[in-house]
Amino acid sequence: MVNLTIDGIKVSVPEGSTILQAASEVGIKIPTLCFHPDQSIKANCRVCVCEVEGNRLLQAACAMPVFEGMVVKTRTPKVLEARKTILELILSNHPQDCLNCIRNGNCELQDLAQEYCIRENPFEYKVRGFAKDFSTPALFRDQDKCILCRRCIEACSVVQSVNALGLEGRGYNSMVVPTLGKALIDSPCVMCGQCIHACPVGAIGEREQIDEFLAAVANPDKVVITQIAPAVRVAIAEEIGMMTGEMPMGTFVQGLRQIGFDYVLHTNFSADLTILEEGNELLKRLKEGGTLPMFTSCSPGWINFCETFYPDLLDNLSTCKSPQQMFGALAKTYWAEKMGIDPSKIYSVSIMPCVAKKFEAARPEMNDSGYQDVDLVLTTREIGRLFRMSGLDFSKLPASDFDSWMGKYTGAAVIFGASGGVMEAALRTVYEVVTGKTLEDVNFAATRGITGIKEAAVDLDGTVVKVAIANGLANARKLMEQVRAGESPYHFIEIMACPGGCIGGGGQPITKANVKRVERIEAIYAEDEGLPLRKSHDNPEVKTLYEEFLHEPLGHKSHELLHTHYHPKNKKFL
Amino acid sequence: MDYKEIIARYDGKVGGIIEAYHALLREFSYLPEEAIAEAARVFKLSTAEAYGIATFYSMFSVEARGKNVVRICESAPCHVAGAADVVAALERELGIKMGESTADGKFALEFTECVGQCQATPVITINGKPYLDVSPAQIPAIIAEYK
Amino acid sequence: MAEEMRIVLRNYGKIDPLKIDDYLAQGGYKSLEKARAMNTADLIAEVKKSNLRGRGGAGFNCGMKWSFAAGAQAEQKYVICNADEGEPGTYKDRLIMENDPHTLIEGMAICAYAIGATQGYIYLRGEYPFLVSTLNTAINQAKEKGLVKDFDIEVRSGAGAYVCGEETALIESIEGKRGEPRFKPPYPPSEGLWSKPTIVNNVETFANIPVIIEKGADWYAGIGNPAYPGTKVFTLTGDINNRTFFEVPTSTTIREIVFQFGGGIPGGKKFKAVQIGGTSGAFIPEALLDTPVAFDSMSAIGATLGSGATFVIDESRDIVDVATRIAGFFEHESCGKCAPCREGTARTAELMEKINEGRGSNKDVALLEKLGTVMSYSCLCGLGQAAPAPVLTTIKHFKADYEAKFV
Repeated sequence: MVNLTIDGIKVSVPEGSTILQAASEVGIKIPTLCFHPDQSIKANCRVCVCEVEGNRLLQAACAMPVFEGMVVKTRTPKVLEARKTILELILSNHPQDCLNCIRNGNCELQDLAQEYCIRENPFEYKVRGFAKDFSTPALFRDQDKCILCRRCIEACSVVQSVNALGLEGRGYNSMVVPTLGKALIDSPCVMCGQCIHACPVGAIGEREQIDEFLAAVANPDKVVITQIAPAVRVAIAEEIGMMTGEMPMGTFVQGLRQIGFDYVLHTNFSADLTILEEGNELLKRLKEGGTLPMFTSCSPGWINFCETFYPDLLDNLSTCKSPQQMFGALAKTYWAEKMGIDPSKIYSVSIMPCVAKKFEAARPEMNDSGYQDVDLVLTTREIGRLFRMSGLDFSKLPASDFDSWMGKYTGAAVIFGASGGVMEAALRTVYEVVTGKTLEDVNFAATRGITGIKEAAVDLDGTVVKVAIANGLANARKLMEQVRAGESPYHFIEIMACPGGCIGGGGQPITKANVKRVERIEAIYAEDEGLPLRKSHDNPEVKTLYEEFLHEPLGHKSHELLHTHYHPKNKKFL
Repeated sequence: MDYKEIIARYDGKVGGIIEAYHALLREFSYLPEEAIAEAARVFKLSTAEAYGIATFYSMFSVEARGKNVVRICESAPCHVAGAADVVAALERELGIKMGESTADGKFALEFTECVGQCQATPVITINGKPYLDVSPAQIPAIIAEYK
Repeated sequence: MAEEMRIVLRNYGKIDPLKIDDYLAQGGYKSLEKARAMNTADLIAEVKKSNLRGRGGAGFNCGMKWSFAAGAQAEQKYVICNADEGEPGTYKDRLIMENDPHTLIEGMAICAYAIGATQGYIYLRGEYPFLVSTLNTAINQAKEKGLVKDFDIEVRSGAGAYVCGEETALIESIEGKRGEPRFKPPYPPSEGLWSKPTIVNNVETFANIPVIIEKGADWYAGIGNPAYPGTKVFTLTGDINNRTFFEVPTSTTIREIVFQFGGGIPGGKKFKAVQIGGTSGAFIPEALLDTPVAFDSMSAIGATLGSGATFVIDESRDIVDVATRIAGFFEHESCGKCAPCREGTARTAELMEKINEGRGSNKDVALLEKLGTVMSYSCLCGLGQAAPAPVLTTIKHFKADYEAKFV
């Protein structure tokens, strides 16, 4: 242990700790901007500088390791002046449009400007003048707001191994740009949106579509329906000042009705459906020698990644659409029929933890219903804004139930929101189909958790199925390299583009640390545990769907509406 | 020589992308996109990283420019020795402004910071070769060597 | 009368740099042989005792630096020669490499033996492409003669980035990346090139080593200023009669450099200021000319010895204009990684331009002082820390010149 003094307070920390870590042990919060708890130390913003006795230079608290007898002062006049000057420098180069900015109220630079009482800036306000990049349907970039902390580059290259972002130029002219300085759509970007979480300010965000939603609600001819992804409920609470997981489902449904949805249904329904289709697809490939390992296909960021970097392995992907898109196709066919509603009037909105879903919904082939299957995707953050706009007090709202035919779900669907959930849900069904026995303990602990790559071998009464689960695309890449080399030992691989799974998706409340992802994961499994039905094939509405409409998994109707094909993206520069 | 062949000569040199870029510059005078992507592939970097390296260093350019790169030093010692007059002479002789290339693709005109010939200011370099104690009157003859 | 003393330039003009036999005839490579016969601890102790301090500008005790690397445990270590010489006004390392490349190779080889390194690099600035073949010829000749056993040297080129003179930025550049400095600790002797123990020393520092081994630490420590002994090469430029170079003991004063060796100001004009150490050095007024050039005595007057570049300006010069051009230099050369330097150098240049063009006021000068002071202790590396010095020292010593330009 190393003993030092910070602001007169004695503290003991393990060897190798930084001043920042030591300070937090004794309740001293040193301000940071480029620091990220789950990334490498950058020490480039210099906001966290402190005085260290014996050193003329101020030291960055995030990087400076402690030594025995170190005497640190974190708020001398010299330090405060340095921090304020550095903030003034950054702010004088930063667009002054907090009022209009997508991160207004949730911005690390704004917080610091407040904490350091920056009332006037001695430096002349001068913005660099880049054009905003709206080239992808999922996210936008506003380079003028970039403070060059480089957290997005690390998220994109190290965590996701996509490498769509890098640096250009030197000095005052340096900037974070997509590959070769091109528009984002021409880079390898898979639209996972992890860069959005990494960004401390409003330099990257989702393509906000609240106006489209409000226009649809205002349109008397439109029947506005919604589906909610399983990862949304646990996190929406965070958008309105509640604790993770604290928003009861019934209250959430009521809230959605209040902001204008005519019918509230659930993606969980189609998640259960996906298990029936995909589980049977896996069994078919296992029996008939189809392409193995089979990959799951519900994560559009992952699909983009596969189409970009592994177009030679597209046949391994399950042909199942994602639950969002299965829902979309059925809503304007099966559901419209059941409800006696003209499908041309249905405006189908999905609420997703994901920004890549905005791209997925707009894929030209996603129109098997005869219309664009999903008309609009709103992220958890956008719903949060709509709730705040509507001034709802969720502590007082009465609960409401989902509407019929596509609103019931099991615990197996809920766990889709966490990494390993799709696999566990599939195993719960596949076990019973293959063995003909009842699965007593539905919990497959080996599939759970935030670990990047997990594996399990499941004994289905003699048939051993080897599975792997990856979350985060750098981890996915490791498994894909194995498959490409012909060395993959697995039969079935679940891949989710985002660390932790969809609960950490690009559309979720801004997620500043992996501990938050872990919290959301715990809430997901708690929800599953509390549900009466926990196996997808027990979903009564799914049973009805097959009885009345689809007739059998992988049947003709299913192939028409619930399955799809993929295309190499042929990106020129990777 | 083909850009792939040029880069291939540096394959295996750890951290050798900068050497490869210099070799490409001797051939093409700038770094085309395809060459940057190929260098990325050979040195196991992303194209984004390879581009970040190409755009960091003053001697590299990712935009096409004149074959003969004429640089004039603008650091303080050359500045006080009358670099501004040499700049004017260069712009006159080549018919372009600082930062531009001639229409026939023969010359590019750029500023450089100190090139370490401060005993003989002002200094210009052409394709890295220094010309010392340069006066505006000497410019036409110097440029003529490369026409 | 102060006198030149040529140690690093001992062979200047006496040998053909492309002929290793000339170097050998002058006693070359005998020191390497002598060093290899010593045990490494004694060798390092000798270098430490000489009190040779880095000639690139940081002035750290050379032997002490080597001892850190020698003590580190690793299966690979590196010796790097910093031949980036980007400091405007400086060309001393070019002189050494152009005229006596073997002194550099011998110095590096002695270091390699001392710390246990088998691989070396010379990071040669991109602006000296004409020296690549000179260095490679010398390296190959030494190899062929079997003089540098177990130690390979590779020449790597810079590509026009002053910041790559900073040792960790230089290391990043050899690793094939953007030349952006790393935060320290860790320091290169424990974690440097590809995270291995690495010694980075300046050309001039290495050039001293063979002579120290030959003549002994005590001899060297007795030359010039005791706290910073030996000689230093000065390159003179600007308004000076002898626009050339000299190697003098470190006890020499600035006045002697400018007026004796430099021959004073041309055209009978009066001296105004001299900037020593390069473009990040302090501007020194007439009143402080009797300061010895050694590291610590310069420090005492708020100046640095740096690279030994000596840039003189006379009474007719607009010193605000000169400082403005220098501010432009730093804006151009900032690597952009850390906020106070990236933004601070740009703002400094902007404010200097404003004042230089006659649009400035006292408020702008006060802001430059505050900004420069904050940068000098908050920036990530030496570039940002030293960049404000020309502006701060000209404001301090030549305030009237600034005021004369106010709106």
